[in-house]
Amino acid sequence: MEVGVRALPVLSVITFFIGLILALQGAYELRKFGAIHFVADAVAISMTRELGPLITAIVVIGRSGSAFAAEIGTMKVNEEIDALETMAISPVQFLVTPKFLAMILMLPCLTIWANFMGILGGSLFGVAQADFSFLGYINATVDALFLRDIITGLIKSVMFGMTITAVGCSEGLNTGVGAESVGKSTTAAVVISIFLVVVVDLVFTSLFFFAGKG
Amino acid sequence: MISLRDLRVSYGAREILHGINLDVRRAETLVILGGSGSGKSTLLRTLVGLERPSSGEIWLRGKNLATISDKDLDEIRRKLGMSFQSGALFGSMTVGENVGLPLREHTKLEDSTIEIMTRLKLEQVGLGGFEDYYPSELSGGMKKRAAVARALSMDPEILFFDEPSAGLDPIIAAGIDQLILELKQAFHMTIIVVTHELASAWLIADQMVYIDKGVIIAQGTPAEMKANPLPRVRQFFDRVAEPEVEQEMDYLQMLTAEHRRPVRR
Repeated sequence: MEVGVRALPVLSVITFFIGLILALQGAYELRKFGAIHFVADAVAISMTRELGPLITAIVVIGRSGSAFAAEIGTMKVNEEIDALETMAISPVQFLVTPKFLAMILMLPCLTIWANFMGILGGSLFGVAQADFSFLGYINATVDALFLRDIITGLIKSVMFGMTITAVGCSEGLNTGVGAESVGKSTTAAVVISIFLVVVVDLVFTSLFFFAGKG
Repeated sequence: MISLRDLRVSYGAREILHGINLDVRRAETLVILGGSGSGKSTLLRTLVGLERPSSGEIWLRGKNLATISDKDLDEIRRKLGMSFQSGALFGSMTVGENVGLPLREHTKLEDSTIEIMTRLKLEQVGLGGFEDYYPSELSGGMKKRAAVARALSMDPEILFFDEPSAGLDPIIAAGIDQLILELKQAFHMTIIVVTHELASAWLIADQMVYIDKGVIIAQGTPAEMKANPLPRVRQFFDRVAEPEVEQEMDYLQMLTAEHRRPVRR
């Protein structure tokens, strides 16, 4: 819940703008070839395959990955992790597992929403500048997309979710002593997550590329 | 009940406990005294399995904690209760949920049974009716009591306290001492308390040990300890400050930074 629903407003605005930006940038190049009506395809494909999952992941890192590290780090500093251990309750099972499930479930959902908002953002340009009617733009989008585009994006988002949780929680659990170290873990969680998400993105994108070719 | 044989514990390359030998009998209250950085908290953490010894043996319920598997350690931990210095209650749960957590995780009891047992435990520590409060809504003394209730929830055989009266005013601290005495009398529990509060130590202890720089330098009943002639022990009991500079050589060494660094923790 915390991971998902509360992220919606900010994610919606960001991806709407990203969709609009994509359309503007795409149109700049497409216009030269007199192919401005391909702007719908450009936005649709880049959103679903790449930017939807990636932007969602980055928003979620900022909101939840950092929060995981801060929450678990604070628990570590307050001896709460020790308390769990002395009660024979595994901190990983008790704290990390629910976060994993939430992430694996929510990140793809958020990604679908992000894709939708991005396409909506693109349509604003399409309607205003490229002689599309709104329905025409949506139809062009639907025609341009293959199910594979959406699925590969969603697979990536699941991988991103796992990465973000793993990094956030392990940074939290490795927090040292004192309030200051909570801040350090939180920062580390964000920086490492962004880096690893991009690496995972590269790995899976190339995997899909070569698998698709073969 | 508990036997320690030549127990050594290190953090990295630094050895904190240098060979501790200690026996705790059933239904006895042992108070571990020592200054800051003496290693008394490390000893307590080792006893509940939060730190692994680098060598030596810890015999508890017939098992050696130094070589035990994680699964067996968890088995033993269900029979231990630990009250942490800060209370270590989970802030996102109510007091009742905190106290009921071990039961919820380790038993198949019905929710209604767990609720009753939770109320019972809270009643025992004088917090009846507070089960729906969040830890942030409680005072320091109440948090400590709630933490004790949680430690009691699995009906432990051994109860550990880390600085039970630290940060509490004398009246509340006396209340916690009273609680420990009541638990001892009512349940014949083995209780191990780490503290540097002398007033409470005299009151609750059957046996005392004094740890200095990672070794036990004095041991005995409160009466024996009061009569202990060791200067280091006397200094602690009589609240005498550390002489600022003991010798000129030490002073020189301090200036040239070759002295041993003060031990934290």
